[in-house]
Amino acid sequence: MIHSLFLINHSGDIFLEKHWKSVISRSVCDYFFEAREKAVDPENVPPVLQTPHHYLISIYRGKLFFLSVIQTEVAPLFVIEFLHRVADTIQDYFGECSEGIIKDNIVTVYELLEEMLDNGFPLATESNVLKEMIRPPTILRSVVNTLTGSSNVGDTLPTGQLSNVPWRRAGVKYTNNEAYFDVIEEIDAILDKSGTTVFAEIQGVIEACVRLTGMPDLTLSFMNPRLLDDVSFHPCVRFKRWESERVLSFIPPDGNFTLMNYHVSSQNLVAIPVYVKQSISFFETGPCGRLDITIGPKQTMGKTVENMMVTIHMPKAVLNANLTATQGTYTYDLTTKVLVWDIGKLNPQKLPNLRGSLSTQLAISGNPRYIMTLKLSQLMLVDCLKVSRLDMYGEKYKPFKGVKYLTKAGKFQVRT
Amino acid sequence: MSTSALYNDQGGAEAAVEAGQESTPTSSGTGAAFGLFSTDFKKNEDLKEMLESNKESLKLEAMKRIVGLIAKGKNSSELFPAVVKNVASKNIELKKLVYVYLVRYAEEQQDLALLSISTFQRALKDPNQFIRASALRVLSSIRVPIIVPIMMLAIKEAAADLSPYVRKTSAHAIQKLYSLDPDQKEQLIEVIEKLLKDKSTLVAGSVVMAFEEVCPDRIDLIHKNYRKLCNLLVDVEEWGQVVIISMLTRYARTQFTSPWTEGATFDENNEKTFYDSDSEEKKEQTEAKPYIMDPDHRLLLRNTKPLLQSRNTAVVMSVAQLYWHLAPKHEVNIVTKSLVRLLRSHREVQFIVLQNIATMSIQRKGMFEPFMKSFYVRSTDATHIKTLKLEILTNLANEANISTILREFQTYVKSQDKAFAAATIQAIGRCATNISEVTDTCLNGLVLLLSNRDETVVAESVVVIKKLLQTQPTQHSEIIKHMAKLFDNITVPMARASILWLMGEYCERVPKIAPDVLRKMAKTFTAEEDIVKLQIVNLAAKLYLTNSKQTKLLTQYILNLGKYDQNYDIRDRTRFIRQLIVPNEKSGALNKYARRILLAPKPAPVLESAFKDRDRFQLGTLSHSINSKATGYQELSDWPAVAPDQSVRNVEVIEPVKEWAPLVGKTKKSKSDDKFYSDDEEEKEEEGSASSGNEDSSSSSEESDSESEEESSEESEKTSTDSGKSSSGSENSSSESESEQKKKKKTKKAPQKKSKPTAADSDSDENGNGPVAQASSSSPESSSGSETDSEDDSDSDSLAAQKKKKSDAKSKPKVEVKSKKEVSLLDLDDFSPAPTNAPKSSFLSSSLLSDLEGLSLSNISSTMQVTTPSFGPVKTYELLHHMTGKGLSAKYHFPRQPCLYEPSMVAVQVILTNSSDHSLEEIHIGERSPAGLNIHCFNTIERLEPEASVTVSMGIDFSDSTQAANFQLCTKENQFSVSIQPAVGELLMPSTMTEQDFTKEQGKLLGMNETSATITMATANTSSQAISKQVLSVANVGVVSSSQNNFHRFAGRTVSSGALVLVSLELKESSSALLTINTEKSVMASMLLRDLKQALTQA
Repeated sequence: MIHSLFLINHSGDIFLEKHWKSVISRSVCDYFFEAREKAVDPENVPPVLQTPHHYLISIYRGKLFFLSVIQTEVAPLFVIEFLHRVADTIQDYFGECSEGIIKDNIVTVYELLEEMLDNGFPLATESNVLKEMIRPPTILRSVVNTLTGSSNVGDTLPTGQLSNVPWRRAGVKYTNNEAYFDVIEEIDAILDKSGTTVFAEIQGVIEACVRLTGMPDLTLSFMNPRLLDDVSFHPCVRFKRWESERVLSFIPPDGNFTLMNYHVSSQNLVAIPVYVKQSISFFETGPCGRLDITIGPKQTMGKTVENMMVTIHMPKAVLNANLTATQGTYTYDLTTKVLVWDIGKLNPQKLPNLRGSLSTQLAISGNPRYIMTLKLSQLMLVDCLKVSRLDMYGEKYKPFKGVKYLTKAGKFQVRT
Repeated sequence: MSTSALYNDQGGAEAAVEAGQESTPTSSGTGAAFGLFSTDFKKNEDLKEMLESNKESLKLEAMKRIVGLIAKGKNSSELFPAVVKNVASKNIELKKLVYVYLVRYAEEQQDLALLSISTFQRALKDPNQFIRASALRVLSSIRVPIIVPIMMLAIKEAAADLSPYVRKTSAHAIQKLYSLDPDQKEQLIEVIEKLLKDKSTLVAGSVVMAFEEVCPDRIDLIHKNYRKLCNLLVDVEEWGQVVIISMLTRYARTQFTSPWTEGATFDENNEKTFYDSDSEEKKEQTEAKPYIMDPDHRLLLRNTKPLLQSRNTAVVMSVAQLYWHLAPKHEVNIVTKSLVRLLRSHREVQFIVLQNIATMSIQRKGMFEPFMKSFYVRSTDATHIKTLKLEILTNLANEANISTILREFQTYVKSQDKAFAAATIQAIGRCATNISEVTDTCLNGLVLLLSNRDETVVAESVVVIKKLLQTQPTQHSEIIKHMAKLFDNITVPMARASILWLMGEYCERVPKIAPDVLRKMAKTFTAEEDIVKLQIVNLAAKLYLTNSKQTKLLTQYILNLGKYDQNYDIRDRTRFIRQLIVPNEKSGALNKYARRILLAPKPAPVLESAFKDRDRFQLGTLSHSINSKATGYQELSDWPAVAPDQSVRNVEVIEPVKEWAPLVGKTKKSKSDDKFYSDDEEEKEEEGSASSGNEDSSSSSEESDSESEEESSEESEKTSTDSGKSSSGSENSSSESESEQKKKKKTKKAPQKKSKPTAADSDSDENGNGPVAQASSSSPESSSGSETDSEDDSDSDSLAAQKKKKSDAKSKPKVEVKSKKEVSLLDLDDFSPAPTNAPKSSFLSSSLLSDLEGLSLSNISSTMQVTTPSFGPVKTYELLHHMTGKGLSAKYHFPRQPCLYEPSMVAVQVILTNSSDHSLEEIHIGERSPAGLNIHCFNTIERLEPEASVTVSMGIDFSDSTQAANFQLCTKENQFSVSIQPAVGELLMPSTMTEQDFTKEQGKLLGMNETSATITMATANTSSQAISKQVLSVANVGVVSSSQNNFHRFAGRTVSSGALVLVSLELKESSSALLTINTEKSVMASMLLRDLKQALTQA
């Protein structure tokens, strides 16, 4: 399956390589560099490449390329999913997945890779299992280790690997037993020039942070499970109970995890919480243009819109922007041609407005195009999934429980 | 570099200190020196020294740095001797690092690597499974051919290890050994065969992976494990699931017949069809002989479906491709939503999923049409994602949605991403050719684009317009003229060439313009691109032929220019054209045909999807993604015309129970059910084999089986409608009469059956009842069960339906005996299967059933079987009093049989009586509440005469709650609201298990799942029979045979969710007793406890 893995940074240096079968020379990456060159933007590099003897499947994350070398037929998604899992694991271990962090912890990363695959086939990918085999570094532990000479490597087989609940380690102990759930809903929308909704839907995710002693068996039930149209679960969720009773019954992994992803049924019309009035024009005569954007609340159900941000990708020819914002601040990045307007809290009495002139390179040929991305948070919509209760079985203590609701803009775009 | 130097420095200094302590001053000096002037070579020298010291922490430090070197891809092989010494280190971390090093360099240093082998051999015997496994992992990763025999031995041993983790490792080792030495194939296949039998979910994925790598063609190894793999699938780890699903897809394509036949009825739960067929179209139905899916095929589809909800995108994709390649066409749609969901995932995932959707959407527009908006392009998408979305939108375009799509395309054309805008124009062109209604609109739109300021957009439009005009050249001279005007402004060669070609092709339609264009081109000829030059030559030639008066000189001028062009293609073309069109003495015969050659009508180009031919590859594969055959790609075979013997998947031999494996069901089961069967047998003999018919239906040989069912359903129809009319239709009587009838015809069969080996016989018979039902995801009443259940009523529909169901479950036989069905019933004797055949197939079919029984309870040990029988009186409840019902009265009871319609429903039988003096018409079920209530209604009763009564059966899914099911019972004139409130005990179905299993299961359901109470038993109830009677009267549970007298155990499952409910009663002195209920359904437990308490304390 997966033969080798190369980690490549933004500027094209290979800074880690791992081979699970025989060693493959780095020169195989040249085909990749070629494609990388051709694509200009790293996002545009095709994920699957064919070379005379190998196939290269890569992902791009955190300004790093994870490039795997494949020799025989394999489901490409299998490899892609695995590579993302590697990146997730690194992030989980060290807090971020960047070149610097990986270089600093190169031995641990190498050991992790060694455990995650055997002969190219995934062996242990559950974070709980891995953490028992190779403990994540903490400051305290590294101090202790240097003093006592003890190691980061677990010496017993993680129980999870063998038990029926491979995602949970045994013998978890906490003094404060807590279970928190964040119900995060994202509005994906495309608005056209006049502000009408071209496409809108709500995607949700339940992120959990569970720190409970022992082997708790949790049941999470919803007030309005009928909203859910399509769902995907963490492997811990018992699918049968969901099918029959529409409750989530599970033995949680320890720590942070994504319990479920869902899609809210599309019959319900999605209420877009804000409207955007925008006009942008470039004068054919002179090297300048005019920009005027106003944002106002719409269907917010009395809730306030916070953390609002508008991102505008300007045409390449726009040299500079000279604007005034009635609220918030704006920045214009000259190299990436991205205008970011950080508005903050939306005040319905005084609508934020950004206007001014743009200086351009001569007269722009072609129509200007730009994209807006809005981010809103702390907003609860009417048809939001609501948790009705959380029950715990299997353990005697009383856990502390909490649910937080959050609505934000997902892939939210305004066309021009 | 500076940091590493510093680091070395420290390391070196430390080493120096260390060395100093060992009182070797000389080495201390050198160590320090190396530290100061570290070069790559000397750095290693210093590492060597650290490794040779005897302080663990130094060695560890050194190893970490070495592994760091390996990770960075730097060579550190010269340290091999120093490293390999530490292979036996006690420090686990150090040891692990050494392992990492060994695996990396052993191939280069084979001789030295051998030094470490003995350590691994020792570790293979370690009591700790973890150490055994990691030793095997490293041993098998050392790619040294000389140790192949050692590896082979180790693998064989590990494959029989008690720890599933070690066995998993051995499955991985198989692949490594195979790649090292393919000659070991035969031996390795043996190991794979053995491991395939493994029942651990941990091993399943890895061994299938090994199978795929070593011997993917040995499909015969899978047969016996097919059902097990299907049932384990949900619990296998996600990566294993992907591999198993893809293997099973290939397997299924070789073993089952195609479900894609025209007009086939696939849906097993489609009651409508069989009702119809039962009532009127019976004849037709038998002649049509619909395709019926092999239960194993269905098993695979059903067990993979939940995996669509996996968080792992690879799993979802593999299930989607399985459905695409294996499911009946109308079932494929269930994967759509999940695939669309994946589009929210990472960019790379989107890419692959979109590729697959693109292929799918060519063949099946309908699948993705409702989700069209999910494929709308966002400006932030990467270019290849945009292009794929465009491709899919184009595929989805039809008359209804084309206007929406075109509006969407209009915004794309304006995109900053030029490549994408060009692709959009291509897509518009495709829409225009595919949908004739919009061709003109598109063409006009494209013409408008010609005045676009952007070069690429214009060029692409020209190219597309050219293609479109070719398809309908008659009326578009205006457009051609327009393009001729634009010609001067267009610089993109491809576009210029296209316009020139159009001019030439349709020069007769634009007689004035074409020569003028040629004139301009003659001026700029030398400055044009090659592709344009070729078209200029072409245009000149065509004009020469049609309008030689005006263009003769121009043509000659151009041909002269072409003659001396740098490009030999152009020189060549010029020479050819000259010979062709200019008549001279040498030109010969061809000259006459010049016009026909150059101005021949040309077929219009077909604009089609780039994904059109991708369906030759299995979806989701690498080959599909790159659109060419990848190494090791396994072609998906076509469906076989005739299914291979399905009996190969039966598991006959019961494996000796291994320590770690869950118990194998059948042995136990047959014991507990033995009684049942022997009763049956006795009865049969007493009554002159009156019940042989029943038995036949479930256990006789496959071929005769389907016939007997055919008959019996016909017969049952007769008898049961009779009995229905006589208002006392009892299952017993009907089945008896049915079997009597059958007896007449089947006397020959009965003895034949008896000659079967008894073991197989008994096995088959008892299993034959419930399991068939489950196999077809419905639950026919079991025939043997009904014998004891004398009060059971049944109506014509249900009985007939049940029969039909059974025959459904037996898919294959029906197909196979096609020809034989026409033979009249009386000839039956003549074509009853050959005696040699009969026992075998019946045995097989029955074991098939027993294999299937675990389906609905896939993750529960197969030791337990839900059985039908339950004794005890049946309570009848009032549903509608005749006073309130204006003459219509209704009563209901729970027949305690698995529901026919859906396994999660509770069967309810309703007796409707007309106590009025006029007949009631159109009795049916109206509105129900709660709204989501899942009821299977009975068919509308057209007419109920006064004083007549009819029994109908319904199925209600109570979802394991005692909440009443409210619905309206309607007649033609009136509607009555009625409600059925189930007693908690009726929401169960009995489950048979042994005492051991009972205690085992009970052990799992402790704590919150246990409810108990001490009760005082009524004196009349202390005998075991009385207890059983009381308990069974309350709850539909099965008795578990008990070895202790004071212990009574009962087991059942909830109907909807199949949760286990265990009731145990421990008698203590002085008539007190401890009643315990173990189940995850705590609400049910407390209610059940209350009911049982009441029943047992009552006298």
